[in-house]
Amino acid sequence: MNLEPSIRAFVEKNFYVADTAALGAETSLLDSGIIDSTGVLEVIAFLEETFGIEVADDEMLPENLDTIGRIARYVAKKRAQAPDGAKPC
Amino acid sequence: MLTRAALAIDAEAVSQRICEHLRATVLGTLRRRGLVLGVSGGVDSAVCTALAARALGPDKVLALFMPERDSSDAALRLGRLVTDRFGVPTLVETLGPALEAIGCYARQVEAIRTVFPAYGDGWKCKVTLPSVVDSDRLSISRLVVQSPSGETHSSRMPAAAYLALVAATNYKQRLRKTTEYYHADRLGYAVVGTPNRLEYDQGFFVKQGDGAADVKPIAHLYKTQVYALAEHLGVPDEVRAQAPTTDTYSLPQTQEEFYFALPFDRMDLCLYGKDHALPAAEVAGAVGLSPEQVERVYRDIDAKRRVAASLHAAPAVLEPVGR
Repeated sequence: MNLEPSIRAFVEKNFYVADTAALGAETSLLDSGIIDSTGVLEVIAFLEETFGIEVADDEMLPENLDTIGRIARYVAKKRAQAPDGAKPC
Repeated sequence: MLTRAALAIDAEAVSQRICEHLRATVLGTLRRRGLVLGVSGGVDSAVCTALAARALGPDKVLALFMPERDSSDAALRLGRLVTDRFGVPTLVETLGPALEAIGCYARQVEAIRTVFPAYGDGWKCKVTLPSVVDSDRLSISRLVVQSPSGETHSSRMPAAAYLALVAATNYKQRLRKTTEYYHADRLGYAVVGTPNRLEYDQGFFVKQGDGAADVKPIAHLYKTQVYALAEHLGVPDEVRAQAPTTDTYSLPQTQEEFYFALPFDRMDLCLYGKDHALPAAEVAGAVGLSPEQVERVYRDIDAKRRVAASLHAAPAVLEPVGR
């Protein structure tokens, strides 16, 4: 399942993206100033509520959360690891 | 290779330059007769007190002590050491009742109870950040609480609760500044802001709170240099020996666990290295870190600068007006 569209929709709805066409799957959300540390909290809440995963403190890394593509891959990995499958979005 | 010598200053020359700037700004540009400042017991406000007294004369300075419920017991005593040393008139403005009336404490409790429902009378709290040096972890704050029996718990906060806690706590800095301006208006004085370079650059202030002022005499100085000035100007030893704290939440808290990545002396060198485009490898030895760790600190500096930009920004208007 491609998770990127729903993550992208959340980002574009909740944060200011000056040029949505330029927001690539691997655009850094932090370095581009789209989200800050409080924004990360909002992203985490969205992921936990929408995809039924739990983001551990030691998983709050740029490699998991800094781009739409990385978030999608991270969520997919977490759902695959869940013993009975995380709830669908 | 970077060494601590990069931050060495001629303290007397720096003091003279700041005092000349204070006189020109206050008497000339601002057309005011003196200076008001809040004295916290920390080294920054101590140095500003000394500089203000030297620039305009002690009788043209008013130092305010503004304790509230969560202030440390030492703050007032250390502040008095400073004002006694420099002969500056003082007033105590107890802010607890006003903060109580406006809902500062109740709103803090309300926000904290969304995470720790038992939080209430006798509990204490603080907000901490993970070390950016130890890992690539994003700078997500954690709430730490201590029960009346001394048990400590910590948790990540939902965004809304975190923002509500910070917003409620910001009443403190804003009420302090409101009180400083009351006295400044009453006396025809200007208000001193006391940030050092680290705080000013990295946005370690509350907009329209401690970030508001008419003049910020040490905002260009690294904290290391502020300590050098403190020694030169005769700030009492006990004040200079204190570790910098936030004195904002009820649990004791260092500035590096609340905001900065490193203790000030090493943070100064990283900021200097960043500002002078020094490769991380050239800074690493001076601060006792690996180049990779310095790179993390550099990224954290950039992240905080992005946040600081909006804190520094003047109100936006559509087109130039007047002047």
